[in-house]
Amino acid sequence: MTLALSVGVLAAGGVYLVLQRGMVRIVLGFVLLSHAVNLLLMSAGVTARREPPLMDTADPATAADPLPQAFVLTAIVIAFSITIYMLTLAVTRDEDDPEDAGTEPGAEPGTEPVGPSEERA
Amino acid sequence: MNTPLLPLVVAVPLLLGALLVSLEHSRRLRTALLLGPSAAAVAAGGWLIAETRDGTVLVHNVGLWPDGIAIPFVADAFSSLMVTATAVLTLVCSAFAVSTGTARARYFPALVLFLSAGVYGALLTADLFNLFVFIEVMLLPSYGMLAMTGGLNRLGAGRLYVAVNLLTSTVFLAGVALIYGVAGTVNMGELAGAAHESPLVAIAAGVCLLALSVKAAVVPVHGWLTRTYPATSPAVTALFSGLHTKVAIYAIYRMYAVLFDGDQRYLWIGLVVFSATMVVGVIGAVGQDTTRSILVFHMISQIGYILIGVALFTPLGLMAGIFYLVHNMVAKTSLFLSTGAIEHAYGHSRLDRLGGLARREPLLAVVFIGAALSLAGLPPFSGFVAKLTLALAIVEEGQWAVLVAAIAVSLITLMSMLKIWGTVFWGPKPDDTDEAAGTGTGIATDEPLGTPAARTAPDSGAAAAGRSAGTAPVSVAEATEAGAEPRDDEGTRPRVRPGLLAPALVLTVLTLALGLGAEAMLDLSTQAAQNLLDTSSYVEAVIGR
Repeated sequence: MTLALSVGVLAAGGVYLVLQRGMVRIVLGFVLLSHAVNLLLMSAGVTARREPPLMDTADPATAADPLPQAFVLTAIVIAFSITIYMLTLAVTRDEDDPEDAGTEPGAEPGTEPVGPSEERA
Repeated sequence: MNTPLLPLVVAVPLLLGALLVSLEHSRRLRTALLLGPSAAAVAAGGWLIAETRDGTVLVHNVGLWPDGIAIPFVADAFSSLMVTATAVLTLVCSAFAVSTGTARARYFPALVLFLSAGVYGALLTADLFNLFVFIEVMLLPSYGMLAMTGGLNRLGAGRLYVAVNLLTSTVFLAGVALIYGVAGTVNMGELAGAAHESPLVAIAAGVCLLALSVKAAVVPVHGWLTRTYPATSPAVTALFSGLHTKVAIYAIYRMYAVLFDGDQRYLWIGLVVFSATMVVGVIGAVGQDTTRSILVFHMISQIGYILIGVALFTPLGLMAGIFYLVHNMVAKTSLFLSTGAIEHAYGHSRLDRLGGLARREPLLAVVFIGAALSLAGLPPFSGFVAKLTLALAIVEEGQWAVLVAAIAVSLITLMSMLKIWGTVFWGPKPDDTDEAAGTGTGIATDEPLGTPAARTAPDSGAAAAGRSAGTAPVSVAEATEAGAEPRDDEGTRPRVRPGLLAPALVLTVLTLALGLGAEAMLDLSTQAAQNLLDTSSYVEAVIGR
């Protein structure tokens, strides 16, 4: 039950943040969402505390299910790399979204200084 | 049949990509390593087709783990066909990227190799979690390629693209978790028919199919595609259009065939949604004003056609859908490449600023109209065979509303292609001011940002050229940037180099060949459809019993 509630709360928070303007909030939203899915993956296996699933030492009847854990590890790595990439995109934010409320609430639309991406283009 | 060579199709591009990242200086070597593996993949695809065309299913368990525990790579007729088509498109689009200079970016060749490895992996794997991983392997380089090349709004488009794809991948992963939770396995062989028997598995697999539909850009979740694809460079758009959505379509076919066992109860959903996709896509194209955005909207409409095949789930329907899929990959990419060549040589693809190209670029015009007629479904091109078999399959099932939609959409597609043809190729040549402005802005400045500045600058340039009356228009020549050749006095010399044209030409010839020699392709599609209808040989190969 705790697990189900955690997945629900994380997913709700993630969806709320993803729907915000501002790239940084969207990225944080995705972090929450991927946590929610990781917990969902964990809950697909047996969640009770069990023996380490090592070959020849553990009895399959009492050992934990290694597959969801492997899934979660893989998913964490992928989500992590994409998060970094999205943060890169977030800091190269510039002229293309003048109403971006992500970082400077006081800044007026259209008055941002010339950023790196504009210089490159 | 066990084939240890199967994982090499995925492993070789991955390893070569890793090697390419570390090569710093030799551009020639990078180009060779960009084109070489794709050419080898075409050969490998041909070998796979030769092995599987009689219904054999090739399989390899990675690490030689026992059946059912191992992560299997499987190739049947459908996946072999897709691997070959993917390899051909990757090769052709890479050649185009080399001639436009897009491939000069240091990491571009490596990213293309990673991308193709991800696609091959997604096509060959028989494990749902691995499907997720390979789709990510395919997407990660795409994020880079989208933001690396293209117009000014590429970063905004890149952001949207990453956000949508990450969200759908997360949803897909949640679906995989639910499937594991209710069925206890993610191996397609062991899951065969599970969604048909248990509503719980059906809901879990439905979550996966929903995510794949977003990736395939099915209406009403198609909006991201039309916003992002026109923002990147023509070579990357062509590559993405041929591979990305098509992998999602392949996965929808495969999952519905294996997990749902072609369950008749849910087919009506597909018929409704995919018909809407056909109609909405083609209507969206009517309002567009650049060649590339018109083609992107047509892509959505064509995705509807392809998926109608799986929504019918009859032998003829599946066969038509698979044939349509291959035809569409070839014809659509050819269109993207020929209009991309125009875009590269003339600096933009706006309908109101192009004209008279039929006289100036006769060969390009032929290449374009061939692929355009193929897309609209006219003989003798492959589009005619694809649409005819699909229409026959729809009639066989008595879905008259779908048939009416399919034919009406074909007519609007033809109209839309003629709109491009009528303005860009047959239309009057725009006056010098506009053409010079278009040339001066170049590819990099897209749409509103570049327009005002470009309007004023070449205006004076053209005026100066007019004053010098007949002498070489020096100021206009100076205004031409972005690698385009200087405009000559008459403006009649072709500006599209043979190297730019060749990739599109190859694909148009291929679509003509698929139309004229449709028999062989139809046989292959029939075999592929047979493997989807009767999954017993697939399942037997995967779980070894």
